[in-house]
Amino acid sequence: MQTFLDWITQHQQIIYIVILMIFVGIEVIGHVPSVLHTPLMSGANAIHGVVIIGAIIVMGKAEQDNYLALILGFLAVVLGTINVVGGFVVTDRMLEMFKKKKER
Amino acid sequence: MELNILTLCYIIASVTFIIGLKMLSNPAKARTGNLVAAAGMTIAIIGTIFLYEEEGQKLGNYGWIFGGIAIGAIVGTLAAKKVKMTAMPEMVSMFNGMGGACAALISIVEFNHLAFPVIPGSTEIVYPGAAVGHVLIIVLGLIIGSVSFAGSMIAWGKLNGKVKDFSFKGQHLFNILLLLIILALSVYLVGWMPPQAKLIFFIILALALLYGVFFVMPIGGADMPVVISLLNSFTGVAAACGGFLYDNKVMLTGGILVGAAGTLLTILMCKAMNRSLTNVLIGSFGGGGTTAAAAGKKEQGNFKEISVSDSAVLLSYANRVYIVPGYGLAVAQAQHVCHDLEKMLESKGVEVKYAIHPVAGRMPGHMNVLLAEADVPYEKLLEMEQANEEFPSTDVVLVLGANDVVNPAAKTDPASPIYGMPILDVELAKHVIVNKRSMKPGYAGIENELFFQKKTSMLFGDAKKVLQDRVGEIKNL
Repeated sequence: MQTFLDWITQHQQIIYIVILMIFVGIEVIGHVPSVLHTPLMSGANAIHGVVIIGAIIVMGKAEQDNYLALILGFLAVVLGTINVVGGFVVTDRMLEMFKKKKER
Repeated sequence: MELNILTLCYIIASVTFIIGLKMLSNPAKARTGNLVAAAGMTIAIIGTIFLYEEEGQKLGNYGWIFGGIAIGAIVGTLAAKKVKMTAMPEMVSMFNGMGGACAALISIVEFNHLAFPVIPGSTEIVYPGAAVGHVLIIVLGLIIGSVSFAGSMIAWGKLNGKVKDFSFKGQHLFNILLLLIILALSVYLVGWMPPQAKLIFFIILALALLYGVFFVMPIGGADMPVVISLLNSFTGVAAACGGFLYDNKVMLTGGILVGAAGTLLTILMCKAMNRSLTNVLIGSFGGGGTTAAAAGKKEQGNFKEISVSDSAVLLSYANRVYIVPGYGLAVAQAQHVCHDLEKMLESKGVEVKYAIHPVAGRMPGHMNVLLAEADVPYEKLLEMEQANEEFPSTDVVLVLGANDVVNPAAKTDPASPIYGMPILDVELAKHVIVNKRSMKPGYAGIENELFFQKKTSMLFGDAKKVLQDRVGEIKNL
């Protein structure tokens, strides 16, 4: 019990962020019209690609002789980038169409 | 100094994520919102590469990092540009899986960092000083990331038809059991860190992947959007685990933001179908559907067919026509021809509108994207509530490859698996023309009594071909 409480005190900053972000996340998209569900999902999908930063850190820290870390880290960077770049490009493509008809 | 700049980068990125998501939920600003979030992401990535340091040590292996980013960027861009609009949902699922895999890989590498040989060079390893919280986060990231990856791949395969629905008796029990084993192993691993920790870690990985597969397998194609949205929020949480691991605020905010927003979006989608999330995940559509289909077949059987030319005449002499597009239209890539038909009828003085069911197509909003691609003006797309008010004064409703969303059983038959789902009341119109490829039931696997009603005429064939023929006929009238 003591360790658990210590852990909370130690990480209180992070815990605050988590709680506030949960509310922000819910609040921010609360009034989305169903028309935008797909682009929104796709956009959110691109944003969680932020995991790429972890991959970059793993990759950058890997020792030169640690092949397992190098290979897995490299793979993680590739996959993470696909998630980010592909996600944003696909979302933009979807939304581009919404825009076109607006101008007409 | 440099670390301060990095902190600033992360703050900017976090704010752009929030603003981006906010703008994405507003039709007029959505595109800018996406670009804002992308710009924030770029700042965070570049900042991390050049400014990140740990214990005074900068990152190395720049060749690997830039190589990986270059490959990923090229593959991602090509995939995103090449994909057909109809295949959009499976593309999102695919990208989501990549993110999940990325999170799982990070966990694997970090776990290996924990291991130290007992004596240098020895194969016997110990895990000194691995803090419980640290291991817990690594294992969580591994499980969530792997489930998300495996599940997304199955969802991707299902949407493009490579993977068929598959379920066996007692699968839910099996799934729950699997989950319990994963949890038990994780608790053992995190709490005790036994010498064979590595083996247990990889067993957890394998079981989590297996769970992802079995989790998505029994869920029907119609529910796939909900599942993808759910897996999307899973990956968000997995990314947030990475944020915990490196005490990295931008990963944390981005991940949790998506986790929360994704969960809400999942619930909103379920609401649009008037089903609860547990119902989607546990009560598989297929099971209940077959009995209802069997029951339906007995009492009905007579339907009326209509020829292309007759339907053309009916349409061109109507005052008001509603088009109800469904997945069949998307599959046949018929959105452009559909727009031609609409223009043709308009030139004859017919009022043409589209009635869009919230879950038409494969994902909510999917149909709007498709029709927008074909330059159908935004004002012509009516949402379900508006359309339902207009149906009684409508002469002809043209149902193009939609089925479950116009099935009156959702209102009348409490035994039906789709009972309670809001539907488009097309039966209120004077005539209904249903264009389908065959009499086969839709995704929910149930018979549609609308097809057997008196005012309904059936027109069989590929949506695109039938529409083309019809445009030709109307031209000749």
